[in-house]
Amino acid sequence: MHLDVVLLSRLQFALTLMFHYIFPPLTIGLGLLMVIVEWLWLRTQDTFYKSMALFWTKLFAINFAMGVATGLVMEFQFGTNWAIYSRFVGDIFGSALAAEAIFAFFLESGFLAVLVFGWDRVSPKMHFFATCMVAMGSLFSSIWITIANSWQQTPAGYHIVKSAAGFWRAEVTDFWAMCFNPSMVHRMLHVWLGCFILGAFFALSIGAYYIIKKEHTRFAQTTVKIALVYAALSSVAMLVSGHFQADAVSVNQPAKLAAFEGHYETGTGGTCLYAFGWPDDKSKTVKFGLSAPGMLSFLVHHNFTQPVDGLDKFKEEDRPPVFIPFQSYHLMIMLGMAFIGLSLLGLILLKFDRLFEQKWLMYIYVFSVLGAYAANESGWLAAEVGRQPWVVYGLLRTKDGVSHSVTGEQVLTSMIMFAIVYSFLFVVWVMVMNARIVAGPPLLEDLAKEDAKIAPDSKKGVREFWAMLGHLLERGPASLSETWRGPAPPMAGQIPEKLSEGKSDLSGEDNNQEAKS
Amino acid sequence: MFTAEYSMNLAWFILLGILLTGYGVLDGFDLGVGILHPVARTDEERRIIINSIGPLWDGNEVWLVTFAGALFAAFPDVYALAFSSFYTNLMIILFALIFRAVSIEFRSKHKAALWRQFWDSCFFLSSISATFLFGYIIGQLFLGLPIDAQLELHREKMSFIELYPVVTGLLAVATCAMHGSIFLYLKTESELQERIHNWMWHTYGIFVMVYILTTIFTLTQIPSATANLTRYPWLWSVVMVNVLAIGNIPRAIFLKKPGYAFLSSMATIAALAALFGIAIFPNFIVSSIDPGLSLNIYNSAASKGTLKTMLFIAVLGLPFVVSYTVIVYWVFHGKVKLGKFSY
Ligand code: HDD
Ligand code: HEM
Ligand code: HEM
Repeated sequence: MHLDVVLLSRLQFALTLMFHYIFPPLTIGLGLLMVIVEWLWLRTQDTFYKSMALFWTKLFAINFAMGVATGLVMEFQFGTNWAIYSRFVGDIFGSALAAEAIFAFFLESGFLAVLVFGWDRVSPKMHFFATCMVAMGSLFSSIWITIANSWQQTPAGYHIVKSAAGFWRAEVTDFWAMCFNPSMVHRMLHVWLGCFILGAFFALSIGAYYIIKKEHTRFAQTTVKIALVYAALSSVAMLVSGHFQADAVSVNQPAKLAAFEGHYETGTGGTCLYAFGWPDDKSKTVKFGLSAPGMLSFLVHHNFTQPVDGLDKFKEEDRPPVFIPFQSYHLMIMLGMAFIGLSLLGLILLKFDRLFEQKWLMYIYVFSVLGAYAANESGWLAAEVGRQPWVVYGLLRTKDGVSHSVTGEQVLTSMIMFAIVYSFLFVVWVMVMNARIVAGPPLLEDLAKEDAKIAPDSKKGVREFWAMLGHLLERGPASLSETWRGPAPPMAGQIPEKLSEGKSDLSGEDNNQEAKS
Repeated sequence: MFTAEYSMNLAWFILLGILLTGYGVLDGFDLGVGILHPVARTDEERRIIINSIGPLWDGNEVWLVTFAGALFAAFPDVYALAFSSFYTNLMIILFALIFRAVSIEFRSKHKAALWRQFWDSCFFLSSISATFLFGYIIGQLFLGLPIDAQLELHREKMSFIELYPVVTGLLAVATCAMHGSIFLYLKTESELQERIHNWMWHTYGIFVMVYILTTIFTLTQIPSATANLTRYPWLWSVVMVNVLAIGNIPRAIFLKKPGYAFLSSMATIAALAALFGIAIFPNFIVSSIDPGLSLNIYNSAASKGTLKTMLFIAVLGLPFVVSYTVIVYWVFHGKVKLGKFSY
């Protein structure tokens, strides 16, 4: 049996990456929302905002775990499936991935622990700080990965040389030119906005759901209000950013633009812009389409008559496929327009105090989050398939990037496994998230009771820290084991008076004592 | 062979070693906790055990992510060759790590016994298989891979049923189990802690046996493993540290100083990682077809410029990394207490 390793590896890459990309955008989008909510809590000291923050934290944590689990796969896959590609880009690409891990992932994962488990261990201010750090970390990680991706779309700041082992590869000549390659800044902003839109519609959908169910009214209304503003701002900005994206594609990757627009033949006169349609490779036309004549020419050349280069201007072997880029690109744009309409409509109704009676709109909001996921995924699909047949644009073809030593059977097996495992995890993830959402935010009375129990003592952590350092200096690492061993250390007699006092602080026992007093 | 021109390459060899050691020392205990997890009796004990690593495991795993990224950047040829050669092993590791991550997260989300049992067994199986395979891959690297001048692996010449990698895999499992049991001893109290006290002795005993077995195997099967020790006799100090650390573990347990025992088992893992580095230096992947074709720090590195930029990034980033790690371990020090925010 002959299996096509290239095709299988591409499918596997697309599958695993698109699965990974379900989670990070929500991490980024919700991260910002949690910063806002916690800030409101600190400002107003209103327990209500704490209950909101607690609710989002739970969902955030589940989502994050999935992001981590699927992200690790991505990090390994360059080497496992795309060995030649890795050799070719390692000098450039590797540094971005390593920087991502050092600057972003440690920050994120460290403070995530405080964010999720630290509510009763650190002061509210410290907790807010941790939330900010997690949000910032997730933005950082998207920066580095976007640098890497943008570089392979529009390579810059490199030269091609023979490596010590005798292979051609790209080496960095100018680090900053490599980072700020021609498509990086636009793409970064666009990707972030996509994440914010997702975060906003996710919150909106949950708020609208509670409104329909007539539950948690205050939570629901506040969430819808915050989310609508968040959604409107990011959707409108998205239109501007999308324009810049398309502009950049027309300059950097004209063949991709032709694929996006189903523009097979250059022809004469102005080129039209399709709102939708059905590109047909055989007849080289777009069927059943609705188009604005001359519009594409206007967007690219700023006049209505100069033709835009069609696919026929490119060599046969350099042409990207048309159908997927066309459809996914148009889907993204349509969804983008819908988001603007939906969020502005909501804000207007809100202004006239009519919003929460519109059941039908609430139903649309509940399902709008699926649109936000679809827009993010289809955007990537357009960008990545439109980049074909190159894996590094103009430098390395996708078919040349694959690992030689890996067999088709191996990739097929792993892909089937990924398909099974990911489908299973997806179902569980939806179930668990759903159970959380149905359970709703924590009740205010419960929170108030707990808050009364845990008397805030913001200095305690600092005091303990110095006590531990004191132990370490005085008696070396042995002190660690004593502080950890729990009550009644057999060596208590040797511990000087004042330290043993600090020690009981460390044992965790006094949490209860404090609660009682 | 080694000249100042290559000091950057050497620096990255060492830095990668540090990253790998960081991974082994930190994730080592939480993998070990996963391996020991089935020994717990009640649901509450299981929860205590999982929550002992709850806030920590993700940060620990980032060391692996960083290691892979840094290897990609500093020695792209090694990354490409090693990762594609160990395709199937790495895929299994990936599945294991995926299941580990989600089982910690999902387990607590429902109370049904079947649900919990399912994620418990996922947690155990994924921990033990990931650990075993890490050890297995290291054993394979010791033996060398059939690589030709084209930097291509000859898969058909690779035998997958060698004994040596299995032994190193077992060593990894035994080491992590021991490391994990000491960690659990530090984090638990009363009756559970007393039982864990016994686990510490058992896992230690097993570790020592496998360790001796591995040493004998290594010395007889891979004569080149000691070449660097002969060349640079001062490296024997690492061996000394290793032996002392292993010897100190039972002493510390006996003296009821588990903190020391934990430090000693950390030192043991660090020394083992260092010995691995010493044994293969300056190679990363030895070609079993012709040693001259091996990938080493000289012929597989990234460009000078990238190595420098990366060193800058590492020097800039590592203090931050260390401080986050300290903060997080600090915030979550002390005995595990199940609370509202626990798994
Ligand atoms: C919520 C998500 C979302 C929404 C509403 C939009 N986009 Fe988008 N788009 C993305 C999410 C996204 C993305 C997932 O972030 C992509 C994939 C790769 C990239 O750079 O960003 C993307 C890519 C992408 C590209 C390809 C860039 C390339 O290949 O280099 C173009 C031309 C546009 N977008 C243009 C638009 C326009 C004109 C929109 C109209 C409002 C729009 N996008 C809405
Ligand atoms: C930094 C981020 C990214 C990098 C480095 C990257 C790199 C790659 C590589 C190496 C391939 C395989 C070769 C190919 O078939 O073109 C690929 C394909 C693909 N990627 Fe990306 N990608 C990134 C982001 C994304 C994201 C976030 C998505 C979507 C969620 C995505 C969707 C795809 C798809 C659908 C393919 C398959 C294209 C095809 O088979 O024609 N990519 N990408
Ligand atoms: C092929 C490309 C990619 C690789 C190799 C990759 C790698 C990873 C890894 C290893 C993790 C886990 C980090 C941890 O252990 O804490 C992760 C999580 C994350 N990734 Fe990706 N990733 C890729 C694509 C993307 C893209 C395109 C984005 C966003 C634009 C992104 C954003 C994130 C974020 C924000 C997280 C952390 C939050 C979460 O886990 O949900 N990644 N990624």
